[in-house]
Amino acid sequence: MAQLLNASFIPTTSSHTLRRTPNFPPGICISGRRSRTQVQAKIREIFMPALSSTMTEGKIVSWVKSEGDQLSKGESVVVVESDKADMDVETFYDGYLAAIMVEEGGVAAVGSAIALLAETESEIDEARAKANSSSQSLSSSSSSTPPPAPQPQTGKIAENVGPAPVSPPVKTVAAASSAHPASEGGKRIVASPYAKKLAKELKVDLGRVVGSGPLGRIVAKDVEAAASSAAEAAATAATAGAATSAAVPGIELGTVVPFTTMQSAVSRNMVESLSVPTFRVGYTITTDALDALYKKVKSKGVTMTALLAKATALALVKHPVVNSSCRDGQSFVYNSSINIAVAVAIDGGLITPVLQDADKVDIYSLSRKWKELVDKARAKQLQPHEYNTGTFTLSNLGMFGVDRFDAILPPGTGAIMAVGASQPTAVGTKDGRIGMKNQMQVNVTADHRVIYGADLASFLKTLASIIEDPKDLTF
Amino acid sequence: MQSSLSLSVSSNSSSAIHRSSNAFQSVPLAHSSHINLRFCGLRREALGFYSLRHSDSSRVRLLSTRSRSKKLVLASFSDNGSPKSFDYDLLIIGAGVGGHGAALHAVEKGLKTAIVEGDVVGGTCVNRGCVPSKALLAVSGRMRELQNDHHLKALGLQVAAAGYDRQGVADHANNLASKIRSNLTNSMKALGVDILTGFGMILGPQKVKVGSSDKVITAKDIIIATGSVPFVPKGIEVDGKTVITSDHALKLETVPDWIAIVGSGYIGLEFSDVYTALGSEVTFIEALDQLMPGFDPEIGKLAQRVLINPRKIDYHTGVFATKITPAKDGKPVTIELIDAKTKEPKDTLEVDAALIATGRAPFTQGLGLENINVATQRGFVPVDEQMRVIDSNGKLVPHLYCIGDANGKMMLAHAASAQGISVVEQVSGRDHVLNHLSIPAACFTHPEISMVGLTEPQAREKAEKEGFEVSIAKTSFKANTKALAENEGEGLAKLIYRPDNGEILGVHIFGLHAADLIHEASNAIALGTRIQDIKFAVHAHPTLSEVLDELFKSAKVKAHTSSPLNEPVAV
Repeated sequence: MAQLLNASFIPTTSSHTLRRTPNFPPGICISGRRSRTQVQAKIREIFMPALSSTMTEGKIVSWVKSEGDQLSKGESVVVVESDKADMDVETFYDGYLAAIMVEEGGVAAVGSAIALLAETESEIDEARAKANSSSQSLSSSSSSTPPPAPQPQTGKIAENVGPAPVSPPVKTVAAASSAHPASEGGKRIVASPYAKKLAKELKVDLGRVVGSGPLGRIVAKDVEAAASSAAEAAATAATAGAATSAAVPGIELGTVVPFTTMQSAVSRNMVESLSVPTFRVGYTITTDALDALYKKVKSKGVTMTALLAKATALALVKHPVVNSSCRDGQSFVYNSSINIAVAVAIDGGLITPVLQDADKVDIYSLSRKWKELVDKARAKQLQPHEYNTGTFTLSNLGMFGVDRFDAILPPGTGAIMAVGASQPTAVGTKDGRIGMKNQMQVNVTADHRVIYGADLASFLKTLASIIEDPKDLTF
Repeated sequence: MQSSLSLSVSSNSSSAIHRSSNAFQSVPLAHSSHINLRFCGLRREALGFYSLRHSDSSRVRLLSTRSRSKKLVLASFSDNGSPKSFDYDLLIIGAGVGGHGAALHAVEKGLKTAIVEGDVVGGTCVNRGCVPSKALLAVSGRMRELQNDHHLKALGLQVAAAGYDRQGVADHANNLASKIRSNLTNSMKALGVDILTGFGMILGPQKVKVGSSDKVITAKDIIIATGSVPFVPKGIEVDGKTVITSDHALKLETVPDWIAIVGSGYIGLEFSDVYTALGSEVTFIEALDQLMPGFDPEIGKLAQRVLINPRKIDYHTGVFATKITPAKDGKPVTIELIDAKTKEPKDTLEVDAALIATGRAPFTQGLGLENINVATQRGFVPVDEQMRVIDSNGKLVPHLYCIGDANGKMMLAHAASAQGISVVEQVSGRDHVLNHLSIPAACFTHPEISMVGLTEPQAREKAEKEGFEVSIAKTSFKANTKALAENEGEGLAKLIYRPDNGEILGVHIFGLHAADLIHEASNAIALGTRIQDIKFAVHAHPTLSEVLDELFKSAKVKAHTSSPLNEPVAV
């Protein structure tokens, strides 16, 4: 391995490996690094190095070391494939390889963290926890691996929208097999090579898959079927959870359950909303360009939620009336800032963390802010100003495959937008052809005392034009 | 005889006693320089070697060849019936690629040549090996391209679902084999090589019996070129339908859903390429700890990443298949695996078919070797570096040579041919030793793998022993314009060399058309060309050959001026 680096053809840039070069592209890694070093300097990130001047992202060929291994300065840790060649990357510090954040075969942008290095053994767990918490945003960087589940479009919109239980399609397959003939009563699992590969990728437990191949062998389509049924099960469970906000296993049927504090608050608000005369306007937006943009920037930690919030905020800039609110029925306020609240289903309730000044903050910071808010929401540590200062609300059920729905306007705001799933749709075009486009339906509920049909219509038109030509989102 | 004479006369100004012409110092030189124009590479090495060596050995040679020539002149004058004379100058047992190469060269050298074939002309390579497998691989390569939506899309192509007709594919392989076989047969007939049908059996020195007839044929020199057959370890029952060897697989009578391939060398790897392209899933069973043993480790690793991991292939390494039972009565093929080290039972596989690709065993039985006191070693005929057969007392058997798979030195068709040519050079009076390190090898997967010379571990071991330094240079196909135009940037070329004198020790290529690219390196090794010289050779742009151009240019050789005396490479 080490002789790799002795090879005379290696470009001079190889010495950049793992050094924290300051010229990394703006992205989550920079501020992440800053904040982390403040908290503890002993856990270091291993970055995707720039192995050539033209390299923008690198693929992890193989990890030479595995988690928990002790490393000494100068040792090879990982083999990275750049646009030119494969190279060994060595560490510049002693320590322990605490957590691998980008698996073999995964792709990471130059400068993004691919692993954590703990200085002492005792810090390994801490580093792992850190890796887990940030893996949500980083998981997107392993984009080169095949799509995880057979519902890519909804998945894209849904990803990272919040802590809603978008549990990976894991072992929840209902169909357990008591006897597939090939397995000698369950002692062995007989699965074809591709079925095994797929099962690993789709995280399907082969022990629970019924084989339909020759002599009960598990073949690829069995695994695919198991994975999609698992995904469906997960999705329905999650939807139910979001709607009834209390789908906990172990419900006692027929019992009377008093509201929790949060449920009481939701109930109060919902009843109050009945005093507001609302109306709804829907719009279908083509998302091909947005999806493409998302694909490009997600390795930098940008989430779809942030992109949607940003697009909405930019549209609101042009339509201040949609961002207004009427509280007393006599007057209304053009809100001075555009604060996008995003509905998040959390255990037993619903909360709306707010992305403040979403029109002004750049997309990368917005994405980071969003992650921070979601983490706080999960830990129930949101401060009031972080969930009740919204001027416009976004609600996205697209992740569950919902194609359209209707949201209730939260009192005190002017409008709420319900976002459905982006789905491939056959579309007739003006030149008389039919083509496939990814489209999503949005549906805005607004307070008709201040916002009129034409206002929403023109707002939606602006929004559609922004989403269909999203280059301004990442300025 | 007649035709061979007229042929050599046309190429040479010597007279009717042409066959003995090498008695004269001037003639062979003219001869060899003439050859030199027609063949490059290996042949020139022979010349260089010869012309350098002849000064010190010429006296001996003159004496010896002169005395031999006298006999030959006699022989040629009294062609019929003299007890001292032979039916042929050279008799080759086995008409595979090795025998064919030797026969053609023998005719060129003016030898009266016969070739004995007990089966079909062309041997393993043409009928059950390299040739039909290339036909299948051509199909699998195209299938792969057509199935790779991502790749096609990147090129802007749209193709509806690709399919294939199994019989059509099988016919293509079969037709190719017959075509090459008839080409081979015709080329020998046209040159006047006698093709004798029947198994050849050595009765004694310079005596061979062909077929069941009692006819005994005498020849001055005999080459054994009987080749090999698929090696099937014991415990494995081959039924030709569900448990098969490459012989059956090439007929492509079925495309099983799931096939286990025992052995992950060239043969197994190529078949995995074919089967997965045609829709099968493959399980490799490899006795060693890693797949593709024998390849340079770095190339093997890359190949595994490209040829194994993304495909519908899984593998068991470090295991022996102790028992393989063909499918019967509705039961699948069962394969019992034991740990290669502990010998403990490890697993049982149930698959639709199993291909045994554990290598090849020499085909030397019934050859009558006991009649000349030669004992085979694991079936291989023992030979020295000049392919001369060694008997059980360790002595050379005069006038008997063995080439190709039967001697096991390097089991490759073109190696056999090169050995055959080397032997013909010797029997026509030229000292010649083949440099096996200059023989390239290729594996025709998609993309291809090729190599020549030493692997990196071998080179480092040699360097350790002999006390020189080894350097490595590498270039990637990703930086090659033509590869990128084809959207096939996956690939690596690796050069192992001596930085002190620029000698090329080995070159390994994995990538598009690697099998065609290797020859620049193998020729350089054969001719003893050093890196500091070859790096000035010009390559057309944009071509894949620039991968090697860049490879040579990226090598750092300390000796920048080549020595005035371009010494031949040690052989």
